[in-house]
Amino acid sequence: MVTEQTPLTTPEEDEPTGEPKIRATDVSVYYGDKKAIDEVSIDVHTEHVTAFIGPSGCGKSTFLRTLNRMNDTIPSARVEGTIELDGEDIYQSGMDVVQLRARVGMVFQKPNPFPKSIYENIAYGPRIHGLAQGKGELDAIVERSLQRAGLWDEVKDRIEDSGTALSGGQQQRLCIARAIAVDPEVILMDEPCSALDPIATAKIEELIDELRGRYAIVIVTHSMQQAARVSQRTAFFHLGHLVEYGHTSDIFTNPREQKTQDYITGRYG
Amino acid sequence: MSSAIPLLLAIGLGLAGWLVARGRAWKFKSEAADGRLASLPVYHAWYAALWIGGPVLLFGVVWNAICGNLIMQHVLASPGAANLPAFGMRRDAILREAQNVASGAADRVLIPEAEPLVEPFRAATLLYDGIGIAVALVLALIGAVWVFLRLKPNFAARTKVERGVLGVLFLASLVAILTTFGIFVTLVFETFRFFGMVSPVDFLFGTHWGPDPMAATTSTDGSRYGAIPLFWGTIFIGAIIAMIVAIPLGLMSAIYLTQYANPTLRKWIKPALEILAGVPTVVYGYFAALTIAPAIREIAVSVGIANASSESALAAGLVMGVMIIPFVSSMADDSIAAVPQAMRDGSLAMGATTNETIRRVLIPAALPGIVAGIMLAVSRAIGETMIVVMAAGYAANLSANPLEAMTTVTVQIVAMLTGEASMDHPATLSAFALGFVLFIITLILNVIALRVVKRFREAYE
Repeated sequence: MVTEQTPLTTPEEDEPTGEPKIRATDVSVYYGDKKAIDEVSIDVHTEHVTAFIGPSGCGKSTFLRTLNRMNDTIPSARVEGTIELDGEDIYQSGMDVVQLRARVGMVFQKPNPFPKSIYENIAYGPRIHGLAQGKGELDAIVERSLQRAGLWDEVKDRIEDSGTALSGGQQQRLCIARAIAVDPEVILMDEPCSALDPIATAKIEELIDELRGRYAIVIVTHSMQQAARVSQRTAFFHLGHLVEYGHTSDIFTNPREQKTQDYITGRYG
Repeated sequence: MSSAIPLLLAIGLGLAGWLVARGRAWKFKSEAADGRLASLPVYHAWYAALWIGGPVLLFGVVWNAICGNLIMQHVLASPGAANLPAFGMRRDAILREAQNVASGAADRVLIPEAEPLVEPFRAATLLYDGIGIAVALVLALIGAVWVFLRLKPNFAARTKVERGVLGVLFLASLVAILTTFGIFVTLVFETFRFFGMVSPVDFLFGTHWGPDPMAATTSTDGSRYGAIPLFWGTIFIGAIIAMIVAIPLGLMSAIYLTQYANPTLRKWIKPALEILAGVPTVVYGYFAALTIAPAIREIAVSVGIANASSESALAAGLVMGVMIIPFVSSMADDSIAAVPQAMRDGSLAMGATTNETIRRVLIPAALPGIVAGIMLAVSRAIGETMIVVMAAGYAANLSANPLEAMTTVTVQIVAMLTGEASMDHPATLSAFALGFVLFIITLILNVIALRVVKRFREAYE
């Protein structure tokens, strides 16, 4: 359990320096003829954890998946507008999606470790991207990733056990470690705690806080408390529109929009 | 008694009971105070039909089985049978002739000795038919009385019919089980008879197969019954050559269909692939014998193998491999499709290509299902006969050269059973021993496959 809430940061002390990691401009997403996202513009900075909140079906997950082009796996999905990663449009024709996804990692709603050993789960990414020369380097990557994900001490003695034999919370941290192993710049998390109990959730939240600054983190969450605890920036989505985006403290204490106010006070959603 | 009579009786009486019972139930209904019955009239009707038709039908089955013997005994007891030959084919021929004339299948007697037996046959048939029909009618009557005593407005015919349906379904499944059991018992019995003449060691480990159907049965030369060349031929054609064709092609088509093909294409290709499984094996046999085998021979000759035979293990194996592609591919298809989408997404999100995802995640996860599919395909392949008969021939060669003629267990079973030897000759009986070995092998393969499939199902649910 998180004993103390991460204090809500005040606007003055955390203004980002430099260019945003991801800049989305007028992004619209269509599923066939249906418009799921309507002209959303957002900047994501490495210094912050950015949370996407909103009622079910508001498009927050869809938008998240445009950031590493996971929507490409859905044949009917179409994206308009531009999304830049370090100033480079990720939807331009020459873009290497495989390289993009190595730079923008993702953690899913339900823990999805491969039915392989813990070691093989972590080593998967470095292997396919050729990040390690030899066994020694690979071992080092696996250990470092598991340590960063706060899982090393729990699994170091059973690294050859199946990843699917871990508890739900451990599996999710394994998935985070797996994403970290390819040394991404951005980590997208799609409701990473929705299948976990409160204790496992607290661990993941702590982990997110520790990873902040090293990776740009974008988290979709259903839990407003979670958004308040872990994020510095919050975007509120409603029916495919970005209603409000700003400092987490502002969104939860002093929202500009009536809709945001209604949602965070639980009037709908 | 003709087998149609009890069937017709059962149907006719059952129908009558059905109609009468329904009429009665309607009457109950019209008399009931609130116009309601515990069960719909149609259930009363079915209840009556089951109780009247069912016993008649069961009796008919039993009577049919024993009636022939009863008639025969009756005829043999008659004075005309006194000077029949004691045994042998002539005796059988005379009896059959008399029976045919008696039943009207033949116009007149060709064998003079049959003449005095015609009349006893006619009389016995009449007698036992009469007894059969009478018993059937009595059974139907008992059933009818029983039913009509029980039919009341508040009679729970619906639950009783439910139980009757259960019984019918149980009987239906029992037929399959009993048949399997019967086959097994026959196999075991005949196999033991064979092993009484040829030692199991000679049979299982001997390397020369050449039963002589004309040899005397008194002293059997066990060294002619070495089945190793047959086992080898079976494994070489069915489990090696056919699998070298079927596993890669089946697996690749499954991968293409599940991962790459767009839905429209999949809708066309998948049924087309399944048609392959529906083609009669004889047709594959033609194809193997008339197209593939000569082509292989020509190629072999053109590369300088002068004595290439027109029958070859390769031709049979290749065509058999094509035949079992659907078995491999449909199981692989199902098990790959059963791997959760989350696995695929997880891998793709790591920056893996589709191909890497398939090789490193999907296939390992689906492996149990794929292996089970392959095992089922192998057991199908080693039981296959037609293609081998037509394309690989009858020669029992123990050779690793795929261009040589070879034969398999199933082919030899056919050859031995349809050969000239009598039923109790070891050459004929060897067919049962071969069948027994084949049965055990396919049984083991199927059990392993089913267990693997079961474990694999549990993994993702």
